Amino acid sequence: MTSTLTTQRLLAGLDHGPVPRLTVEALVDLLEASGLTGRGGAGFPTVQKIRSIGRGPVLVGNAMESEYLSHKDALLLRAAPGLVLDGLEILAIALRARRALLAVGHRLDPGPVREHVAVRRSSVEVRHLDGGFVAGQESALVNRLDGGPALPGDPLVPVRHRGVDGRPTLVVNAETLAQLALLARYGADWFRSVGTPDDPGTFLVSLTGSTREVVPHPGVVEVPRGTPLGDVLASAGTPLPRARAVLVGGYHGTWLPMAALDAPLSREGLAPYGATPGAGVLHVLDQRACPLRTSADVASYLARESAGQCGPCINGLPRMADTLTRLAAPGADRALAAEVDRLRGLVRGRGACAHPDGTAHFVASTMRVFAGHVESHLRGECHAQGRAA
Amino acid sequence: MSRGTHRLHVDWTRCDGHGSCAELLPELLTVDDWGFPVSRSGERDPVVPVALEAHARRAQKACPLLALRLVRATERPAR
Repeated sequence: MTSTLTTQRLLAGLDHGPVPRLTVEALVDLLEASGLTGRGGAGFPTVQKIRSIGRGPVLVGNAMESEYLSHKDALLLRAAPGLVLDGLEILAIALRARRALLAVGHRLDPGPVREHVAVRRSSVEVRHLDGGFVAGQESALVNRLDGGPALPGDPLVPVRHRGVDGRPTLVVNAETLAQLALLARYGADWFRSVGTPDDPGTFLVSLTGSTREVVPHPGVVEVPRGTPLGDVLASAGTPLPRARAVLVGGYHGTWLPMAALDAPLSREGLAPYGATPGAGVLHVLDQRACPLRTSADVASYLARESAGQCGPCINGLPRMADTLTRLAAPGADRALAAEVDRLRGLVRGRGACAHPDGTAHFVASTMRVFAGHVESHLRGECHAQGRAA
Repeated sequence: MSRGTHRLHVDWTRCDGHGSCAELLPELLTVDDWGFPVSRSGERDPVVPVALEAHARRAQKACPLLALRLVRATERPAR
């Protein structure tokens, strides 16, 4: 990584000293002035989350990292576990929380943060939990922490009203907590000194490729919001002619064509492409891979990762994935393309959590960005090199 | 037709595709390939026109799993 691109804040490895104590008023002012948004995927302004929570809540730090392509929370818990803990403690003090928990996914090592908890004699409860793609979804996580199965709840009863122990519950992503830990020490002006006016600060990017050739140096980097997509790819040594497209945001995210290399990685910069920074995932697809085959594999994975609770998801996602898989075979029937579009319309807006919507969004992006490739397949051709598709 | 003060909410954590709601309220609901309800307008939690409110209440009562609910239009899900 070049040092000119990255801005080391979370990953600077500095000792930031004692945890600042903030009143709830000071916390709200700070979050308002800084414009910090959630780094877990949805990108909701953190100040709104704080304002909407009742008194004496349960706090949950979300380090489940259930997005398959994301590796940032794992790095954070290894390189800066103290900052995640600081963020939870700042919120716990300001909001007079009843309990504070940190949910750590099974791919992550809870060891370093547990050491910090022990050394500080912190009251934060660290839980190491297994679970798949949907396990990090807010209400599924809350149900799990409350002793039930990791199933999403009906959104009519949001966890901010009734969550762990039946209390108002605030779920905050681990990276957002670490951002708060620095913001509380160095202030809103410092926070806003990088990034864009509408989307300030830095964020962690998990960068991977479908092959080692297309991303020779995969990993996690911290960059300012608004950094052009192409700059991040260049820093990882991606040979651009070798890349076909970049999946932005994760498996519920959006394909960006290589024509979008100048796109700033911020909410407003990605909006024209129907994308958001999401949880900071960038996944580069090798030119030699068939994009339909790859996308069908992702859709099949997402179908298998259904929590198995809601009818539209249990039935609709496998059918949509199977149809996309059949379309990915060259010489496929033209009716299959229309059927993929019908099915993604059918699952959208149905089910307790956003898994059907996210999967439909990904499939819609596949059909839009690779429309030319779909046409080739319908003619019996696949222009992906190096494979007999 | 007056726009109505209630929305039709399906609790997907309960619904098992019994299908009585779509039979009793065909103006607002149809079923998918597997018998689960689909909002005709495509809108999540569609608004119930006043003229259909009695039918909607009947559909709510008919659901064996109590998965169909009429909620005040101001009461919106988290997402």
